[in-house]
Amino acid sequence: GSIPGRSGPSVWSLHNQNVTHNSSLYKKPFEESFEETPLLVAVLTYMGYGILTIFGYLRDFLRHWSIEKCQVAREKEEQKDFVPLYQDFENFYTRNLYMRIRDNWNRPICSVPGAKMDLVESVSHDFNWTFEHTGRVVKDVINMGSYNYLGFAENNGACADAAIEATEKYGVGVASSRCEMGNLDIHEELERLVARFLGVESSMAFGMGFATNSMNIPALTGKGCLILSDELNHASLVLGARLAGSTIRVFKHNNMQSLEKLLRDAIAHGQPRTHRPWKKILIVVEGIYSMEGSIVRLPEVVALKKRYKAYLYLDEAHSIGALGPNGRGVVDYFGLDPKDVDIMMGTFTKSFGAAGGYIGGKKELIDYLRCHSHSALYAISMSPPVAQQIISSMKSIMGEDGTTLGADRLRQLSENTTYFRRKLREMGFIIYGNDDSPVVPMMLYMPAKIGAFGREMLKRNIGTVVVGFPATPIIESRARFCVSAAHTREMLDTALEATDEVGDLLQLKYSRREQPLPSLGWMAEESLLQD
Amino acid sequence: MTSQFKIATFYLYRMRQSWTTYLKELLEIVHYFYFAPAYHLILEGILILWIIRLLFSKTYKLHETYKLTEKEKEDLIEEWQPDPLVPPVSKDHPSLSYDVVTGHKITINGKECINFASFNFLGLLDNERVKQKALASLKKYGVGTCGPRGFYGTFDVHLELESRLAKFMKTEEAIIYSYGFATIASAIPAYSKRGDIIFVDEAACFSIQKGLQASRSFIKYFKHNDMEDLERMLKEQELEDQKNPRKARVTRKFIVVEGLYINTADICPLPELVTLKYKYKVRIFLEESMSFGVLGEHGRGVTEHFGVNIDDIDLISANMENAVASIGGFCCGRSFVIDHQRLSGQGYCFSASLPPMLAAAAIEALNIMEEDPEIFTVLRGKCKHVHKALQGIPGLKLVGVQSAPALHLQLERSSGSRDSDMQLLRTIVEYCLERRVALTLARYLEKEERFLPSPSIRVVVTVEQTEEDVHNAVSCIQEAASAVLK
Repeated sequence: GSIPGRSGPSVWSLHNQNVTHNSSLYKKPFEESFEETPLLVAVLTYMGYGILTIFGYLRDFLRHWSIEKCQVAREKEEQKDFVPLYQDFENFYTRNLYMRIRDNWNRPICSVPGAKMDLVESVSHDFNWTFEHTGRVVKDVINMGSYNYLGFAENNGACADAAIEATEKYGVGVASSRCEMGNLDIHEELERLVARFLGVESSMAFGMGFATNSMNIPALTGKGCLILSDELNHASLVLGARLAGSTIRVFKHNNMQSLEKLLRDAIAHGQPRTHRPWKKILIVVEGIYSMEGSIVRLPEVVALKKRYKAYLYLDEAHSIGALGPNGRGVVDYFGLDPKDVDIMMGTFTKSFGAAGGYIGGKKELIDYLRCHSHSALYAISMSPPVAQQIISSMKSIMGEDGTTLGADRLRQLSENTTYFRRKLREMGFIIYGNDDSPVVPMMLYMPAKIGAFGREMLKRNIGTVVVGFPATPIIESRARFCVSAAHTREMLDTALEATDEVGDLLQLKYSRREQPLPSLGWMAEESLLQD
Repeated sequence: MTSQFKIATFYLYRMRQSWTTYLKELLEIVHYFYFAPAYHLILEGILILWIIRLLFSKTYKLHETYKLTEKEKEDLIEEWQPDPLVPPVSKDHPSLSYDVVTGHKITINGKECINFASFNFLGLLDNERVKQKALASLKKYGVGTCGPRGFYGTFDVHLELESRLAKFMKTEEAIIYSYGFATIASAIPAYSKRGDIIFVDEAACFSIQKGLQASRSFIKYFKHNDMEDLERMLKEQELEDQKNPRKARVTRKFIVVEGLYINTADICPLPELVTLKYKYKVRIFLEESMSFGVLGEHGRGVTEHFGVNIDDIDLISANMENAVASIGGFCCGRSFVIDHQRLSGQGYCFSASLPPMLAAAAIEALNIMEEDPEIFTVLRGKCKHVHKALQGIPGLKLVGVQSAPALHLQLERSSGSRDSDMQLLRTIVEYCLERRVALTLARYLEKEERFLPSPSIRVVVTVEQTEEDVHNAVSCIQEAASAVLK
């Protein structure tokens, strides 16, 4: 194109390691980018880890010979000759790298985890081995870390009032499982509502999102079945697949060619060694991958699943409520039919401000799960006020509470996401993921910058989340922002200013792309889409 | 001196000579190459290249000697038919028609009944103080925590609950989980990995079984509460270890038992287990979901019941869903053991934290337990009373010890098939439901349980039940039993 300030090779050549092959399946352009790590940065990062490892060995040596005081907890005297509970090397990383920067995690808060929060001030006098609370509270820290996409984390308003009523009527606990004496009418109301929200025949709710995956995948597949799971699936999906006892094969992240190859090979060759045909093939993907900020290529996955007669398990933990014009998740975002997804799973923790998980699908599926899910028979059912919170927030999103608050929130989230991502890109940071995803990972790479970024942002009264190894590959540590509908434009501007400052201070602006001129802003985006 | 000088000069001369010989030999080799016949050189060159190729080529896989053509693949893909996603469920499967329970004075299907089925041992589900504290917390924090513990999901309420639990149980540290089932199921795999050995009681509950499965260790089951069987297995293991001391030095060994078994309603012999622990150097993990808040003078569980030093137990795990009447679970023990779960407990690191109002409810429940230890004596008295009253019902036998608050009523004579047994028991339960006594069948996943318990009716004792309630219930069950089990 002939856009001013944009000569030379197209910017898109630096984009997209996963190229969209069937663009006819997509109703709107699918913009994802994972800019490559600059070579110098990679080298420096490895060097950084190397130096830290050498120092780690040195410190371990000093601790072993009691030159340095050892503050790691020790096994008790009577059990000294038992087999050691932990191998020394397992904890090498924890002792020597994680300990140094662990004040960036587990920060206690003492208010609603809304757009602004109050942190409990804690200091460490012995380099992060122990913390003590000073008794002071750091007020009004802008919260860029909590999964509060639609801003339902509130202690006042219609949802809170309904939850108060539910507590007074039902109490807090249930003390029995769904199958025995723990089935309340509020659970049935919730399940009917969730089924309507998703557009499926029937649904079932569980008390914990993690447990929804780890207890229901084993009920659906077993020996003789094949599970094809994405490289970057969440720990709960991996655990559920392992507990199922099926064969697990992993395809490259969001890569449809890799998935298709696995499907073809699996069906053609059958089970390993016996070559019997597989009983079932289950493709497990997530809606939004929270560490990458990428959105699953759902139209292509659904096309593949139909062609090869596989079943699709979609985990919408982060995308339900956060994507799509009506907030119905990634299926709504792509304009697909919910009946194409065999098992729609999601959690209520993120967009609904509550806790728990759900599975939605055909009536036969849900009836089967009611009788055979580990959770229905052995685990406690959902707490009533939590269920009520979900009911009120879901009704608000659907517009059934008689106001337009739900639609407002959805619109605000979408605007905030686009604005925030665009601004960060313009400043020159490397941002991963899809342009529409409210999870914004920003690359830091070097281990020292992980700690520095977290601390510097806190000094400027912004609470951010930083992640490193082992949640991410070793050189790709990142800071992760979660945009919320509760953030106002001023809050986002404050956060962006602070990020800009810290970015300059720590030299985090690695992006080597040509940036559109700031004044063009929206116009540049529009014309790129038509390119 | 001169002889040494002579020897030295002799060797120096030899060295100089050897240099020249080497040079001469080198020249000879070059001469040879230049004048050798061509085919000789070519042959040797080929041999060298062949050796290099063999060194770098991949190993030959025997079972992939065939390759499918594209057409064959297409045909296979066309022909393949998967099983339906779920097998059909019969219409009258018990789980499909739940009793719809509203409120807590247990209104089932519109009828108000006395609750003998929920694990509400201390009657805290309806307690006003607990509700008020939960409401206060709701008004301050909202409902959800919107994040895992590591990312702004740690509230001061959680930290308070953990320190209160540690203080109550008199251990160094406690860690809380947001779901009771996930507690022991995440704790076991955090310590025990592939290659380690776990000795488990046969009657272990389902969440322990899932934890064992996730850990990928060697699992050895010993007969329920049979210390001799366990000792025999430990001795065998010791012999194995002596044969292979190197492997034994890195193989961790654990014993996993429950304080009060949910499936058999009896108590584990803890003092003998502790002696076995020190004798054979195995660690003990104790699951106290049913005994926390029930056994012991102050409700501290089976360690207080037997007077065992709590530091001798490596890990105590319990859920807060029974006596404490909230949601969630906790593990407590020495810091050396518990702190590890903060980075490797899957249900802790990768899951949202417990909603603060539920944590506040648990703290208030702990307050009530601490203020009024009489409540445990009252509960024990009621358990004894119910235990006596349920003996001698014709056709049904009572399974469980005197101090267990959750008992089982099994059929004295089984009809031979599990389904018909379940049907008989269900008829008894429905009969009682008609007369406003809420009971339930103990439910299990038949295909997944390792040692499936026999069908039974679960009877739960709570402090809120009066003598009249108990008398009513027992006569109801007796009538039902005589009517149904002719």
